[in-house]
Amino acid sequence: MQKETIAAIATGLTDSGIGIIRISGENAVKVGNSLFRLPSGKRILEKAESHKLYYGFVVDENNEKSENSSYDWKDYIIDEVMAVVMKAPKSFTGEDTVEIQCHGGVLVMQKILSCVLKNGARMAEPGEFTKRAFLNGRIDLSRAEAVIDVIHSQNEYALSASMNQLKGKLSDEVKKLRADILYEIAFIESALDDPEHITLDGYRDKLDVKIDNLIYNIEKLLATADNGKLIKEGIHTVIVGKPNAGKSSFLNLMLGEERAIVTDIAGTTRDILQETVCLDGINFHIVDTAGIRNTDDTVEKIGVERAKKYAENADLIIYVVDSSVDLDENDREIISIISSKNVIVLLNKSDLSNVVTEEKVNRAFEQIASKNENRIIIKTSAREGIGLEEFENTVKNMFFKGDLKSSHETVITNMRHKEALQESLESLKLVKRSLEDDMPEDFYSIDLMSAYTELGKIIGEEVDDDLIEEIFSKFCMGK
Amino acid sequence: MEIREKVDVCVVGAGHAGCEAALACARLGLETVIFTVSVDSIALMPCNPNVGGSSKGHLVRELDALGGEMGKNIDKTFIQSKMLNVSKGPAVHSLRAQADKAEYSRTMRKVLENQEHLTIKQAEVCELLWNEIEDENYVTKKKITGVKTFTGAIYECKAVILCTGTYLRARCLCGEAITYTGPNGLQAANHLPDSLKAMGIELRRFKTGTPARMDKRSIDFSKMEEQFGDERIVPFSFSTDPESVQKEQVSCWLTYTNAKTHEIIRNNLDRSPIYAGIIEGTGPRYCPSIEDKVVKFAEKERHQVFIEPEGLHTNEMYVGGMSSSLPEDVQLAMYRTVPGLENCKIVRNAYAIEYDCINARQLNPTLEFKAVSGLFSGGQFNGSSGYEEAACQGLIAGINAAMKILNKDPLILDRSESYIGVLIDDLVTKDNREPYRMMTSRAEYRLLLRQDNADLRLRKKGYQVGLISEEEYQALLNKEKLIEEEINRLKNTMVGANQEIQDFLVSSGSTPLKTASSLAELICRPELSYKILEVIDKERKPLPEAVIEQAEIEIKYEGYIARQKKQVEQFKKMEVKMIPHNMNYDEIPSLRIEARQKLKHFLPVSIGQASRISGVSPADISVLLVYLEHYDRKEVEGE
Repeated sequence: MQKETIAAIATGLTDSGIGIIRISGENAVKVGNSLFRLPSGKRILEKAESHKLYYGFVVDENNEKSENSSYDWKDYIIDEVMAVVMKAPKSFTGEDTVEIQCHGGVLVMQKILSCVLKNGARMAEPGEFTKRAFLNGRIDLSRAEAVIDVIHSQNEYALSASMNQLKGKLSDEVKKLRADILYEIAFIESALDDPEHITLDGYRDKLDVKIDNLIYNIEKLLATADNGKLIKEGIHTVIVGKPNAGKSSFLNLMLGEERAIVTDIAGTTRDILQETVCLDGINFHIVDTAGIRNTDDTVEKIGVERAKKYAENADLIIYVVDSSVDLDENDREIISIISSKNVIVLLNKSDLSNVVTEEKVNRAFEQIASKNENRIIIKTSAREGIGLEEFENTVKNMFFKGDLKSSHETVITNMRHKEALQESLESLKLVKRSLEDDMPEDFYSIDLMSAYTELGKIIGEEVDDDLIEEIFSKFCMGK
Repeated sequence: MEIREKVDVCVVGAGHAGCEAALACARLGLETVIFTVSVDSIALMPCNPNVGGSSKGHLVRELDALGGEMGKNIDKTFIQSKMLNVSKGPAVHSLRAQADKAEYSRTMRKVLENQEHLTIKQAEVCELLWNEIEDENYVTKKKITGVKTFTGAIYECKAVILCTGTYLRARCLCGEAITYTGPNGLQAANHLPDSLKAMGIELRRFKTGTPARMDKRSIDFSKMEEQFGDERIVPFSFSTDPESVQKEQVSCWLTYTNAKTHEIIRNNLDRSPIYAGIIEGTGPRYCPSIEDKVVKFAEKERHQVFIEPEGLHTNEMYVGGMSSSLPEDVQLAMYRTVPGLENCKIVRNAYAIEYDCINARQLNPTLEFKAVSGLFSGGQFNGSSGYEEAACQGLIAGINAAMKILNKDPLILDRSESYIGVLIDDLVTKDNREPYRMMTSRAEYRLLLRQDNADLRLRKKGYQVGLISEEEYQALLNKEKLIEEEINRLKNTMVGANQEIQDFLVSSGSTPLKTASSLAELICRPELSYKILEVIDKERKPLPEAVIEQAEIEIKYEGYIARQKKQVEQFKKMEVKMIPHNMNYDEIPSLRIEARQKLKHFLPVSIGQASRISGVSPADISVLLVYLEHYDRKEVEGE
């Protein structure tokens, strides 16, 4: 029953050295062949030797099969890659498999995957490769049980991700599109079910306008997916604190490298540093700010202003306190800026003397921002590497509990969403075509329903009995 | 002396479900008794005087393809016929016929009376008899052994089919006036529910209603629009000769409610048993009372009212669209505001009826109770509404009772092959909170489930079961052959871009050809049809209408049909993945608790069915699939 060809990015969805796109299923080789060329331009994969690496290019020339003589496939190269064909059953899944090893940039991987999907594969479900491997007898039950966990954890992630992360505009817009489509289906259906009470006279023209509108709106959403914003999804995090509290040291600890300039002279981070850290699949875009204090140094002043601004727009604030120095005016200033946010307070330099205690911090918050309840205090020492693990676990928990959400970007950040939108768009175009061809009304609802179902995949809602409910609530039916 | 009879099957109730169930069993050679509280009300139509309509017409066609009786019976007794939705696509064409109610009932009774192996018995069944057995998995289970009537007679049998309709603890309401009777004042069945409860069967209460009947002589038809039947009548049954049904028809009439009607209703809502809270049963949204329509769709200025004859030999007219449970005086005042009904005389009042029925989730898709071997049920007892829905379930319950006794494979139709499959799957899988009515929108693959191809879809199954004769089966094979040949001929017959063809195309409002084209390609053009192409199709031989219809639909809508077939393939994959009946869901640790509870409760037979249970997520289905694969392997290895 595993005939469909599936594909996914097999490596993590963060920038790294190498990325692998895996394609598996009956048509894997055919799909691979249609997008891979040797440097000579030859397509080789359909004749390729199994388990042998080939050097070449991924070329996105799907729509460009013109007879135009000036056509050059090299104009459509996405990336320089290595490709390997693994014939069934000697592959991980036990099916024909093609793997493309490309450069590890998120954008490049997404582009290649998008090209693979265009050529006939569908996006793999969470854990699907492993599931197939098990179903084809390639791995044993103990590993299959791990698959079940994968399916579940990913499902939970997808749920919290699609429901919480995207609670913003995208979800609202998809819901609105769906509601519009459902209304039209329900109207057609009620007229078909009760032709003597509900008439379809003059309906085609109305529907035509509505379909144009729906197509326009979906295309608008899709456009956001293509302009490179893909990688921007994530939790916007800002590190604040007084100068020399250890903000940069902590960021370096998270990144595992010396990126920010760390000195013992207060005020060395004068500009804003931005980094992306990935914890278990969740992206954190972290901004390290200049220390906040009243200053006369103009350069630093600008940095402080910016820091305030970043803090206002952040999803999460990491407030680094030097626990060896007592809280002062500057700290109160900081607390008042971040009072309405999710805050993790790091009592840094805990290896030195503990002048500032948890109680002191709590008291300060209660005095200045009594309504702030979303704060967690952790003792750390950036120098000694203490507290990083606790910090990471805390952040992950906040995210999975849904306390922490990305409030930014309403763009299509997810290939699965993009695919669903595209499918939905295709279905609506088919409705348009049926209208142009003057097909009977029944044929509209078939494709409208597909469009509706596809959009439902984005917000995790299934069709079920929506339609029947809509029919009865909106239209007066019956004998 | 105690009366003790030994038969194969007992059918309780002789409505539309009971008749089909009893006929199916008897025709398959089983000794069958059908019980009814009144032999004079066999195949009674206590509500609307018609058969078919949107999606219900499909059901009757399918029933007929499988060897049921309803289609043949309405072909013999209709007084007007209409194909609905003719301009809206072939999948929603739907046949509806006005019935002569008395004739319909009498004709069906005659069929029953003359059926070999079938006995009609006027008696109220009060008790089911059963004992306990161990099933093939050593689980203790109840098994039906017979029934007992009110007079104490015992009928031992191998299977019982419950088709009790609206009779169980029935209560009729007309405003404040309440009678404890079944429809039309017939005796209610008040004992059987206790016996069912004692067996552990859960009962629930549903409600439905019917409008008033009026004296034709008191109606002014000049104020109404006349509604005619079709000029060319299409029969319901595939076995009926189309020529035999071309006959004189009677008309129906259309009128409307108005502001005055709605005002009277609103002013008297406190006297409606529903709004006063006297009715506890849930009513169907599809057949709302006029009170419901006025309250729920307050913005509508008028509602349609169809006046339909109840038969040729009666003056009673059915007032479609105005069912009600308001008191008699309010009814009269409200009806008399409708144009043409100013002086109407009511023969029978409108009333609401409440009755006991079951949540059909207690049934297998064979319509046998999961917990009681040999007990089957069909019709309104299963929580459906409508004659056609009832008849189809009756037939399937009858067939499966017979298959069980004869030790043969059961007949289970799926959602991709029939409306009957959709109907039964919805009933036994979904959470139905109201009497279930078939609708075209419930069938996901309706482009393939057309009323015109019901025979091609199902006749073979009817033949395998044994309800379709050799002659009928040969006719089907011949039809299939003719369709295939004609499609091939149309696809392979090319016409060139010569002057004659171009002139023809232009004169038919189409565009001229650029290169040669097949006739099939021309049929695909929206403005052309098989019939129009007659002029240029020189080799065409005369063919039956039904063959031409199939060939044309297959060609014209090929793209859509192919898309739908692809969806069906996806669906089938899940449907053929069966779940063993002794599945222990507690053994699967990764199932979410909600899903596990639901699965344990409904014991789905296939992965497909499991996926339609609300509360079971796609992730749960993946978990189940992985687990099942492991389970299958263990079976193979013989662990």
